Order: sequence, then structure tokens, then C-alpha cells
Amino acid sequence: MHYRILHRTAYRYEFPVTVGHYTARLEPRRLPVQACPWHQLLITPEPTVCVVRTDAFGNLTAYFEIEGAHQEMEVLSRSLAKVKRSQPSDVSATPPWEMIREGVFHPANSPLTAAGDFAFASRLIAPSADFHAYAASSFWPGRPILEAVCELNQRLHEDFTFDPAATDAATPVVEAFARRRGVCQDIAQVMIACLRSLGLPARYVSGYLETIPPFGRARLVGADASHAWVSVFCGEALGWIDADPTNNLLPSDRHVTLAWGRDFSDVIPLRGVTLGAGKQKLTVSVDVEPVEEEE
Amino acid sequence: MQSSTLLPSIDSFTNFPQGLLMNYAPQRGVFDEMLDAAGSLRPHWREFGARLAQWRTTDYEARAQSVQRLLRDHGVTYNMFEDAEGASRPWSLDMIPLLIPAAEWRMVSQGMAQRSRLLNLILADLYGPQHLLAAGLLPPALVFANPAFLRLGSLPSGITFAPTVGFDLIRAADGGWRVLADRTQIPVGLGYSLENRIIISDVLSAEFSAMGVQRLASFYDLERDLFRSLSPLKRTSASVVMLTPGPRDPTYFEHAFKARYLGFPLVEGADLTVRDRQVFLKTLDGLRRVDVIVRRVEDVWCDPLEQRSPSLAGVPGLTEAWRAGNVALVSGMGSGLMESQAFHAFMPSLCEHLLGESLLIQGVPTLWCGQPQQLQQVLDDPARWVLKRAFPGEQRLTVFLGSQDPVESARLLNQLRAEPHLWVAQEILNLSTAPTWINGRLEPRSLVWRTYATQGPEGGAVMAGGLSRVGGTADQQVIAMQTGALSKDTWVLADGPVDTFSLLQDRGVVLRPARPPGGVPSRVADHLFWLGRYAERLEQTARVLRMVLRRFTGEGSGLQSRELQVCRAWIAQLSLAPEQPTQLESTEAMLAEIHDLLGNAQREGSVPNSLNILRFNAAAARDRLSDDTWRLFNRLERDAMLPPGPLVVSTALGVLDTLILDLAAFSGMQLENMTRGHGWRFLEIGRRIERSVAMLEFIKEASGLAVQDDAILTPLLEVADSTMTYRRLHFSRPTLLPVVDLLLLNEINPRSVNFQFYNLSEQTRQLPQDVDVISTGAEQEQADLLINSLSALNLSSFTATDEQTGKAIREHCAELVLAVEKLSNFITERYFSHAARQQV
Repeated sequence: MHYRILHRTAYRYEFPVTVGHYTARLEPRRLPVQACPWHQLLITPEPTVCVVRTDAFGNLTAYFEIEGAHQEMEVLSRSLAKVKRSQPSDVSATPPWEMIREGVFHPANSPLTAAGDFAFASRLIAPSADFHAYAASSFWPGRPILEAVCELNQRLHEDFTFDPAATDAATPVVEAFARRRGVCQDIAQVMIACLRSLGLPARYVSGYLETIPPFGRARLVGADASHAWVSVFCGEALGWIDADPTNNLLPSDRHVTLAWGRDFSDVIPLRGVTLGAGKQKLTVSVDVEPVEEEE
Repeated sequence: MQSSTLLPSIDSFTNFPQGLLMNYAPQRGVFDEMLDAAGSLRPHWREFGARLAQWRTTDYEARAQSVQRLLRDHGVTYNMFEDAEGASRPWSLDMIPLLIPAAEWRMVSQGMAQRSRLLNLILADLYGPQHLLAAGLLPPALVFANPAFLRLGSLPSGITFAPTVGFDLIRAADGGWRVLADRTQIPVGLGYSLENRIIISDVLSAEFSAMGVQRLASFYDLERDLFRSLSPLKRTSASVVMLTPGPRDPTYFEHAFKARYLGFPLVEGADLTVRDRQVFLKTLDGLRRVDVIVRRVEDVWCDPLEQRSPSLAGVPGLTEAWRAGNVALVSGMGSGLMESQAFHAFMPSLCEHLLGESLLIQGVPTLWCGQPQQLQQVLDDPARWVLKRAFPGEQRLTVFLGSQDPVESARLLNQLRAEPHLWVAQEILNLSTAPTWINGRLEPRSLVWRTYATQGPEGGAVMAGGLSRVGGTADQQVIAMQTGALSKDTWVLADGPVDTFSLLQDRGVVLRPARPPGGVPSRVADHLFWLGRYAERLEQTARVLRMVLRRFTGEGSGLQSRELQVCRAWIAQLSLAPEQPTQLESTEAMLAEIHDLLGNAQREGSVPNSLNILRFNAAAARDRLSDDTWRLFNRLERDAMLPPGPLVVSTALGVLDTLILDLAAFSGMQLENMTRGHGWRFLEIGRRIERSVAMLEFIKEASGLAVQDDAILTPLLEVADSTMTYRRLHFSRPTLLPVVDLLLLNEINPRSVNFQFYNLSEQTRQLPQDVDVISTGAEQEQADLLINSLSALNLSSFTATDEQTGKAIREHCAELVLAVEKLSNFITERYFSHAARQQV
């Protein structure tokens, strides 16, 4: 599928801000399953400097500074993304999950250093016995990893109530887990906590869903804002496979990947520190529109 | 004078004063630094021991007291503002140094030089290509599960991550040194080491000069040159700053001390700003480029944009500037990774791999429980082990498994089984002991020696000395200054000529001229402004309290009722308390109130409260004040202390007299010793503003009552320190209009309001004008307005006994107070940015 993406973030500050430093992770990643032939970041007021680098996880990260008193700030991210992802053919043909775990802890057997980066506690996600207890019933000895992941994906989908009022971006993952309520960010982070409690590498993926489905296709939950899901390491042959517990599916061509990291704090779409702003009003809108597959 | 060829013998040592060494009994099986297993002096202790033997018990006491006095005078503190009462905690220093013989030193210094090379190579690999992980030389969990491993992205090549490293060394029972911990991020203690040396080489000057002790100065010199050379711009005059979290950091003393010694400005996060990925210092004269930041702020607090959110300690965009290669950081972000004790187990093989050498000095034997075999070893016999967190973090935990109750022990072992990679186990160590002067005798105390090495692109050096610490109690097993340890100077003995490059020619004088001082950071100007205001406020408070107390001594007969009324008003004014007329009606109530103002640090406007604020502002501008000024502030703290118990008027008067003289000494130093830069100017403006307000309030409260009874004018002249001046001018008892003229309008009386106003007008004219051009000239206009408004008061049109006269003066003073506060607001708004940093 081809998508035209429009992601607008606008701030209105109570007091004039004299200087602001920002980072944005709003440019879709280039991946074997995803192309991004065109991307543009429009920032007002015009930044004094704006540079793009690749962060520690390979995400394209824009850094910019805005100088001079301003009370409004807008970042408009426009992208064209092409996604073509095939579903794994047979979940039961994936390796036993313990094999993946062993690979992380014992590099002598199979050095998986890149996956190791995502196997442990991170700033927002601390694995614990509670997560382990919840996840364990799906991970019996020798079970193929993807089969178990799909079951966990489904259970989280069933056990969780999608409720934007229950949590905010700062709600700790344990709290969302205790309430069994939240948005895609919470459900994804709970799933990551479950997987890491078992010793499995799992990463947090930030991106979009198509907002206006073509005729005859149902609209997915979480489509009106940026979305988040999970990626699980399934061994060197299969690599990373995505799972979306909010929608109980393995993403195919309706998910556009922006960035990944250990948790939300690694991939915050727009983050800034300003000098003097007072109260602030934030407006975000996202449009992901399918376009004809022609250039 | 002692002869340095004095024959050392065990006999002379046993001649120690009775009792001094009788109880010096090192534990069996523990290495003692001074005595060997047979109880004889070790060879390198013989000369020092012989010298100690010449001392009488009183000599020991006198020297111990000298150490205490010097620590106080130099204001050496740890955790300066931890105590709620504001009393700073002095640094603890034992007078007996640790002695290290030359041959042993060579071995240790080679070991530490090797280790600092090795640590830097490991950091460069883990933050770069990560060959060590790919080759299986380090398990991934050791790095990826480690919160000190920051995800920084790609960095410019050639970064030296840890230009200065500190090593905690302990001596095992076999006499060999082992590395207990590496301090790669913020190697605390270099400032304290220097201060310890200055004090001990002074107190034990004869011993120090006779024994051929290696000097420390050249190490600091190398360190300074190294920091400068790290400048990415390769400028001839690199601009280096030292970044501190501020006076509330426990080791702030050392930040200020070292910054001054090395000649680098001491700055806080809010003083720096990133523009176009370059770092600048915000000064009153505009932005100045910074090339190198010696940071005393932990990396996770350094940049609220990328690390932990809004922290005032950090600088948004700093990481980006560093990554862009526009600024050097000492130490680099993420360098705290190597402080994980879990690395000990891997150091020998890493050393072989990276340097092709075997590791010269081993770490203390450590098991990282992230490996199944090692975990099993611990679980098999828990009582043998000390458990510690594997990674640096907020929890620095040391658990002796053998001494836990069974429930607690089971809980810990469960935690260990659940997340074994978060733990290391070490065998229980018997630290060596060193003789320490405790309660009038020498006692063996467990020892940790911290030494330091520098590492730059062109090699490094090891400090011939360092910070030794011994247990504060006989059974202390974890030696840390936070838990009451004592520090020691460390004497590395030379077997050849010592490098006599003198440390400090005179205290505070840097032999090698540093970079010419940069502009005054606006934050520092802010602190100097309030330093001026509080020094003055304190003086005015002391004068009023002294005046009142004098009425209770000698031939004074307490307060006359009108005097009481005006004093009450002044006191209410000073203490910012709402006036409570009934409460101070009696003499007892008045004395209780004064007692409270002298002793209650929690009360706003009290002497100790103002003193705390004064000290805080002085500390925050520490690198702008001379050592003598600083010593004066340290004395002030002690001088203003009222003895506990009921108020004794004569004692209280003594305290106030001393306080007023100390403050006069401070204003004298400001007048005579400070260069007339912007820093001085803000101090001066603060003082003048505060004095104007105080004088106006005094006159305001007195003038209304003076119309009925001019006896009130005597105390007014007294608090205004103008009694003699008045007598010289008038030869008669005080009357209202001449007194008001002297205190309000007389432009040559340095206590008069008009004098302050002219001064303010002159100083505001010279304030820097090129900062944010919002209100250019508003301060000058306001200062001129003060002068004009005051001259509009025509005293010759008043009659002394008229009720209206009192009222008119009163109202005029009230208006002027508002106008002065307005000037103060103009200045603070324009020059001191108080905008809060926020995350969006």
C-alpha cells in the first residue's frame, strides 16, 4: 500500500518562549518492507538550525532550535510511504522460544548483540514477576515463539479495554497493567514487559495506521493519532516480527513504521525543552490516506 | 630542629608517650600499614615513627586542633547545606598521613596508568564498533542491561571518554593492592586531596619537608593542560568551564575549590546555552563560546532534551553539541558505564585482548551472577559473600549475606535468582588498617586509598598521592564520607629528589596564570546582588537588636514606652512579621522575641536565617570571592552562634558586636579588594538598595512618634550609626528635623538615604547595556527619579512639633520604599533570567 501522511503538531504557549530545543522522530524508516520516497518537515517559526541524524536505534532524528520570542510553534510532517509486508506463513514453524532467550544471555552459543539491546529493563519498562506470571501460561516449554506471541497478543487484546481516559503518556506500565486499561502505548509496553520478563528481546515501535480505509475495509483502532505496537525477535533466520496487541493482529501493509526503541521514551515523536512557556496547549492531528499505487 | 639522619629504631618507637601505642593492636590476619606481623615498624614507617616518638601527647592534641582550625578557616565542607539548621558539615581529616614507599608507588602507578588506558579503550569500543561484544569477550547483558550504558548514537572519532579516572584501592591480607572500584564519570576527591595536602603539610611541616614527599602540583598542572588540549577548536586559549549542580551538591566545596585552582569559571546549567549546536556561557556582556566542559553533573542530568526531563542542572542540546564535535566533555557522556563492578571479572582478558599485556593490578575477586556457574557458586554458600548491585545507579547496596536474618536472606536470594544479572558477589575482604588519631590515641582503622590518573590522546600521568579514607568507627566495613569516614593525606615517599614545584605559593594564588577571566555569568551577578542585600540586611538587624539589648544593660533602664513602640515596629519590619503590638508589651516578651531572632533559623528575617541565605549566595558565587572573604564568611557562621540555653544579655551583645565587626570587614574587603567589574557592581547595588530600604523604614517608623517625644531619635541615630556625626554637627540633643536631614538628605553621610541614591544612580549608569534591549535605561531613570523625589522633600517648610510633619515624612518614606523596590525589580527582571525551563 502507498500512503500520504500528514502529521501536524501545534503548541500554543501562555508566555513567549525565548529559546527552544527540540528533537523530532517523524520521518518513516527505510526498511526492506517499507519505502519512504518523500518526506518533508515544515517548522514555524523557522528554526535557526535543523539537522537530521541517525540515533542509536537507526531512527532518523531531526534536531532543531528555535530562537526569538514566540508563543506558537507548529511542526508539520508530510511523508509518502510504501509498505509491503507479508505475513509469516506458518507460526508453528518458528523456533522454540527458549532458544531465543538462550541466545541473548549466552553469546558464546549465538551472538545476538543487536537483539540484546532490547532484552532488559529500560527507562519506562521494568520486567517483573507479575508480568512473567501473566505471560508464562502462553509460553510452555518448547512452544514455537511466534505461536506463543500470537496467543499473548490475543490475550492482551481481550483482557485490555481501550480507554484513552484511563492513562496518559506518563502512566507507568505497572499501573496500566493493574487496571487492564489504556491506549496502544500502554498495551504495547505491557506486552514488552511480559516478553522481557521471559528473557525475550522486544522493542517498541511507533508509527501510523491508515486512517481512511478503502471501501469495504474496517477502520482500525488508534488510527486518528500516532500508533504503537511491538516487535519481537524470532531468531536470526526470521529476524524481528511485529505484533499489534491493540488490534490483535500481526501488521501487514496497514502499519507505517516511524521509529523503534526500547520504550516510548526512545521514540517520542516530538520532544522539546523551552525557556519560559507557562501553560501550553497542544493540538495533534494525523492523516494517513491511501493513494493510488503509481508514481 | 630534628636531624633528618636521626637513627630510627624500634626502641624510639616504643618510647611513645605512655598509652599512645599500648592499645594499638591490629587484628590478626589483617595487614597493618604501620606495623608488620611481628609488631615492628615497617621500614618506610621508621623515620616517621621516630619523629612521632618525639612528640608529647600535648603535641598530638595541638596538631589535631590545628587541623580542625584550618579546616574551619578554609571552609572545607562536605554536604554544605544538608543540615536543615544550615550548619555546614566540616570535612573530617586525620592528621596521620598514609605512607607509600617509592618502590610500591612505582608498581601502583604503572598499574593505574595501564588501567586508565584500558578503561578508555573499552569505553571507546562499547560506544563505537562494539567488537568486544561481537568477539564474546563481554556478555551483552553486562552492557545492555546496564543503566549507565547510554544510547548515544554515532559519535565523532577520537573522543577520550574518561580523561581523569579515580581508583579506589584496598590492600588485601597478602599485602597486595587490589582495585575496589573505578570512578570514570566524576572522580570526586581531587579538590579534597589538594586541600588535605595543604593542611597536613602545614601542620606537619617539619615531617613533611624532611621525609621527601612527592608533590601533587604537577599532576593538577598536567590535568589543566590536558583539559585545555581537548578543545575541539584547537584554539590557543581554550575556553574551559567547570559545570556544577550548585551549592547543594555534597561535594560543592571541591567544585569551587578546584575551579579556582585550575582557573576555570564555575558555572551551573542555567549559565550555559546551546545555539547552533555550540555551547555558550551567558554573561552580562553577552554569549561567550565554551570549548571544554569539565562536568560535575551526572550524565543523565546533563541534557533534559535527551536524558532525564527538565532538570535545571543540565543544558538542553548539550549532547547534540558534543556529538557534533563542537564541545569536549570531561568526562564524556556514558563514561559511568565502567563504574560497574561486574567488569572486574572480565578485566584480565580485556587487558590481554586490547593491550596485549597482562593486567598489572587485579580487581577485588568478583563474581558476576549473570553467568550460571557464578550464580551457583554464590547460592551454594551464601554466607561467604558480599552482594552488591552489579550496575551503578541510585541504589548503592552492600549486603553481607552471612549477617542477615533468615527471612531477609531468603528474600535477597530470591531477588538474586529472579534477576541474577543485576548482582555481583565478592568475598568478604579484610581491608588493611592504618593508624588514625582517635580520642587521644592511635587506632588501626580500615583503609581505602583513592588515587587518580589522567589519560589524554598523548598519554597520561598518575597522581603521586590521593585521597585516603579510613573508617569512622572501628568496625566500619564500608568506607564512605557519607557514612562518617575520615580522610587522610597520602604521602608517596621519593627515593630520589622530589619535584619541588610548589603547590601554592600563597593560598589561592595560581602560579601559572590562567586564561583571563571571562565575563560575569548573569546567575553569578544575581547571587552577588543578593549577597549585597543580605549582608546589609544582616547588619541592620544586628544594629537594631544591639540597640535594644543595650537598653537592658549598665545604666539602661529597659525601654521607655515610646522607645518600645518604635523598636517593636522596627523589629516587625525586619522580621517581616505582621506587627503584633500586644505581644511585645513586656520586657520579657521583648527579650524572648530578640532571643528568637538571634536563634531561630527557621524564622524568616532572623539572624541565622539571613546568614544562611547570605552563605548560600556567597557559596554560589564562590569563585568570585577571595579566600580571605570566604574565611570571613566561615567565621561569621561561628561568630553569630548564640550559646544554647536562656538568653544572657551580655553574651548576646558580644555576639552582635562581633557580627557587626565581621560584616564591616566584609564591606571593607568589597571596597578594597574587589576589582570594579560588573560582579562588584551588582554586589554594591544590592547593598545600596537594602540600606536605602532599611533607613527609610527606620525613619518612617520613628518620625511619627518623634513629633511627640524626641527621645526616640537617640535610638534612631544609634541604628543609623550616626550618633557621633550628629553630635559633631549640632552639639545639642537630637531634634526631629536635623536628624531627618542627616539621615535622609545629607549627601555626604554614607548612611543617609540620599547617599545611597546617588550611588545607585552612578552604578546603574555603568550597567551593561547590550543584553535584551527591552528596557534600556529604565534602571537609570528610576535611580534618578529617586534622587528627584527625595529632593522634593522640603524640610524647611515643616515645623518640628506639627503632627502633619510626622505624617508627611512618614508618607514620603513609604513612597520611596516602593520606588526603591521598583528599581530592584527592574534590575532583577532585566539582568537575571528567571524563566523556568519546561518540557514540551
